[in-house]
Amino acid sequence: MNEVYSINGPVIKVKNAKGFKIMEKVFVGKQKLLGEVISISDNFTVIQVYESTTGLQRGEKVYSSGEAISAVLGPGLLGNIFDGIQRPLHTIFENSGAYIKPGTNIPCLDMEKQWDVTFKVSVGEHIRFGQIFAVIQETSLIEHRLLVPKNVSGEIVTVKPNGAYKMEDILIQVKDSNNQLHDLTMVQKWPIKEPRPISKRLPLTIPLVSGQRVIDTLFPIAKGGSAAVPGGFGTGKTMMQHQFAKWCDADIIVYIGCGERGNEMTQTLDEFSELIDPKSNKPLIERTVLIANTSNMPVAAREASIYTGVTIAEYYRDMGYHVALMADSTSRWAEALREISGRLEEMPAEEGFPAYLPSRISQFYERAGYVDTLSERSGSVSIVGAISPQGADFSEPVTQNTKRFVRAFWALDKELAYARHYAAINWNLSYSEYINDLSKWYNKNISTEFLEARQKFITILAEENKLMEIVKLIGKDVLPDDQKLVLEIARVIRVGYLQQNAFHKDDTFVPLEKQLKMMKLILYLERVSQQVLKEGKAFSLLLRTNMFEKVIKVKYEVPNDNLDLFEDYYKMIDEAFSAIK
Amino acid sequence: MNLQYIGLKEINGPLIFLDNVKGIGFEEVVEIRLDNGTVRHGRVVEINGDLVAILVFEGTRDLSLTNTVIKFKGKPMEMGLSKNVLGRVFNGIGNPIDNLGPVYVDEYKDINGEPLNPVSRLYPKNYINTGISSIDGLTTLIRGQKLPIFSGSGMPHNDLAVQIVKQAKLSGEKNEKFAIVFAAMGVTNDVANYFRRSFEEAGVLDNVVMFLNLSNDPIIERLLTPRCALTTAEYLAYKHDMHILVVMTDITAYCEALREFSSSKGEIPGRKGYPGYLYSDLASLFERAGIIKTAKGSVTQIPILTMPNDDITHPIPDLTGYITEGQIVLDRDLHQQGIYPPIGVLPSLSRLMKDGIGAGYTRDDHQALMNQIFASYARVMDARSLASVIGEDELSPADKSYIQFGKQFEKHFISQGYVNREIKDTLDLGWKLLSIFPREELDRTDELILEEHYNHDAAVGAFELDKKSFIKELNKEEI
Ligand SMILES: Nc1ncnc2c1ncn2[C@@H]1O[C@H](COP(=O)(O)OP(=O)(O)OP(=O)(O)O)[C@@H](O)[C@H]1O
Ligand SMILES: [Mg+2]
Repeated sequence: MNEVYSINGPVIKVKNAKGFKIMEKVFVGKQKLLGEVISISDNFTVIQVYESTTGLQRGEKVYSSGEAISAVLGPGLLGNIFDGIQRPLHTIFENSGAYIKPGTNIPCLDMEKQWDVTFKVSVGEHIRFGQIFAVIQETSLIEHRLLVPKNVSGEIVTVKPNGAYKMEDILIQVKDSNNQLHDLTMVQKWPIKEPRPISKRLPLTIPLVSGQRVIDTLFPIAKGGSAAVPGGFGTGKTMMQHQFAKWCDADIIVYIGCGERGNEMTQTLDEFSELIDPKSNKPLIERTVLIANTSNMPVAAREASIYTGVTIAEYYRDMGYHVALMADSTSRWAEALREISGRLEEMPAEEGFPAYLPSRISQFYERAGYVDTLSERSGSVSIVGAISPQGADFSEPVTQNTKRFVRAFWALDKELAYARHYAAINWNLSYSEYINDLSKWYNKNISTEFLEARQKFITILAEENKLMEIVKLIGKDVLPDDQKLVLEIARVIRVGYLQQNAFHKDDTFVPLEKQLKMMKLILYLERVSQQVLKEGKAFSLLLRTNMFEKVIKVKYEVPNDNLDLFEDYYKMIDEAFSAIK
Repeated sequence: MNLQYIGLKEINGPLIFLDNVKGIGFEEVVEIRLDNGTVRHGRVVEINGDLVAILVFEGTRDLSLTNTVIKFKGKPMEMGLSKNVLGRVFNGIGNPIDNLGPVYVDEYKDINGEPLNPVSRLYPKNYINTGISSIDGLTTLIRGQKLPIFSGSGMPHNDLAVQIVKQAKLSGEKNEKFAIVFAAMGVTNDVANYFRRSFEEAGVLDNVVMFLNLSNDPIIERLLTPRCALTTAEYLAYKHDMHILVVMTDITAYCEALREFSSSKGEIPGRKGYPGYLYSDLASLFERAGIIKTAKGSVTQIPILTMPNDDITHPIPDLTGYITEGQIVLDRDLHQQGIYPPIGVLPSLSRLMKDGIGAGYTRDDHQALMNQIFASYARVMDARSLASVIGEDELSPADKSYIQFGKQFEKHFISQGYVNREIKDTLDLGWKLLSIFPREELDRTDELILEEHYNHDAAVGAFELDKKSFIKELNKEEI
């Protein structure tokens, strides 16, 4: 019989165990705590427990389940909030009040709920893994496409009529080549640590547009790409993830709060239920799946939360959707690995992290991609992972290893955050390797001017950076007028363009068209200013026209739905500058 | 049917080990009776086959392998609670030490608490008026928030905490029930007495529950002190609908106790010797702040920590900052200039304020004022560092205006002494100070708001900016 032998926090050992498999889901003790087998040796089987082990005794039984820890996939995921091991937090609240008790064993999805099913196949057709056999309107925004589960392929022998069914009702039956019958329902399971298969990977050529200027313009991420947001505490990682979750042009959002604050998840839940998506006029929550494994919930489940989330993301991708996954914070996930590894007394590598940290990080980010699915549609999973480096020092292992596997890096800066320059993305340290692959898209869908303007911005900012070295030593006053102008235009770019107020109704999301118009206006201001200087007029005269301030405030003054107002600014500048005598 | 064992197998630091033990639960509490009749308390921290490791909170001094009887209680550590805890004083593990006898117990609660379901939380939105400009104006405290004070040794964090408690109490609504839970960890008797006296002066002593683990008390006990305090706070808030302000000091001493425990257990140390799970452990304290849907009360936390070497990147402030909803950072420079409260406003932050300020809460212009002050004050720092290189006289007129603003801002806004300032006065003062600048410098603010609040002449008068004022100079140069 398999019994608990030793207990050390979330790690337990079973002596001389029989019949366990690696990564198998097990139930531990009288309370049937959820656990996973993480190593097996001659004497001991080691299990990490996803719930609190307080009160667990030596000698309590450990039960096999025969299967890996899996996500339960089916309608009812959207609009819902789960913990790291996919327990439904709304239901837990209704059943057992404010606190989450260990051993809470309830179905992940509401099995009693009836859904209206429309079938897409008929008797006699052949069908295989990953194909769509029926659809359900899961929320008013999203059609849930039921996919044939793994290991099923063959001829359809029965199909129910369209109508309302419960989750576990048999919808169709498939006979395989061995004449075996498979019953298909609305739900299926998928092991969370195993990537769902695809037909093929496609190049990443379309941006995931977020409406955040510094991202879309300077450091864009592609649909199917991955990005990391490192930053010290309070620099704006969570806000950035929230902004993405609210405004980015994905179909589905999976938001994972991994080892972070409870109130932030409550806020997301409240806000997303109220916020209306401008494109569809529906509450954002209808396209969102929330996973909350807050910092005070069991550590091992933090590790699982990341995998649960990405599995759900892949599932919607396989239906042919563009999914954006936010993971806040991957550092807490890495720390969970470290903690478990420490309790296993594994040989630590850098800073106590296990030697397999890099491979785990890469496996996670590798699950992003733009693909042809098995159902012959295309879909994508994009991943934005926050990193919380110790002491805001980017040389630590999680930041460094993540950098190797993501192609967009948005470095948040304490100094900028202190000055309340948000998004506090440091333009000197950040980068995006997607820009070349996306250039065609920008040229075709926005304008060739977009990337030209972008390049000019980068040049001006770089020049400012150089000049600031001098200014720090001798002050601004001694610079020649043309260099003063560079600094002034750079300030307009920083304050008027890069800085963006998430709490302002127009500034919180800015469409690419407006981004372009803003850039062009700023560059126009630069051009005509240069002309005025060439005519030998003093820089201070330019300043006194107040045009720089006016252009800085364009973001607030020109609403997103009335871009014609930009014309007035050109006139204003011309008039003001021609008045300089 | 409590299990009882005589004798020990091994003693190592604060840990004792027992052999041949059966039927013991992980993290169960034990009572250790010495043959001289004294009783200590411990908790099962590891089970390995028949061998059990127990952490002794009062320390293992005087223990031998043969002079103890260990009684397993069959349950985790609990605290006996009722409304009668109000006005009482407990030691670090929750036993009364005020000679008023045992507390009547209405309910026993596991001091470790259980994780709050995020769905059951109510997002905190009501601001607490502390009467302190740099807090109310720039890092507003919200009911149900966890907002620590990051300080350093010798700085007036205790005075600030007391001032917040006193003044916040005044602003509470009349029929709301308010109480303070105070947890001292490793602080001196003087400090504990200072808090006690201050609560007395404020006339709230009957509404204070104190937990004292002082610097000469057993170190490992400190691991329980905040948990007893928070369990009490939750009980009063969620069972009796009270608004509880929890002041915990000094978190640094708590973390040191955790480090000691971890190293005695032979765990692999993380940064600066602190265990790798310091983040999770601190989160299990700080996340116990909040408001829940099923009760009317709230738990607001003001933890105080002293940053070793004033270093904000040290693991204790660093991990705290990653968990709490902002921080109030005290600044040694300001303190040395005699400014009280010496709040370094730039690194200070309140993450919950955005939903608790503005029209209907404080005033419609609050957000704008705050953004502009932060932006302008950040440039003061640049101007100062430039001045330290090239000298103040060589600064451009614009930079001079920042130097001037910085001086007045610190003198009038940050430095306020023990005065209780209305929010309206704080906001008006903020605009008056910003009006020192030429209007163009206020590049973060909407024209409409400036229209209403910008008044340069008033500022010139108020702060006695003389004829040689930088602003005049600025205009002169440009004309
Ligand atoms: N784009 C923004 N617009 C306005 N304010 C912002 C923006 N980004 C961040 N902030 C401000 O900064 C505060 C901290 O941001 P956030 O909570 O995202 O930090 P974080 O990096 O996630 O910190 P932690 O690592 O501690 O979780 C917010 O509460 C908000 O006040
Ligand atoms: Mg965050």
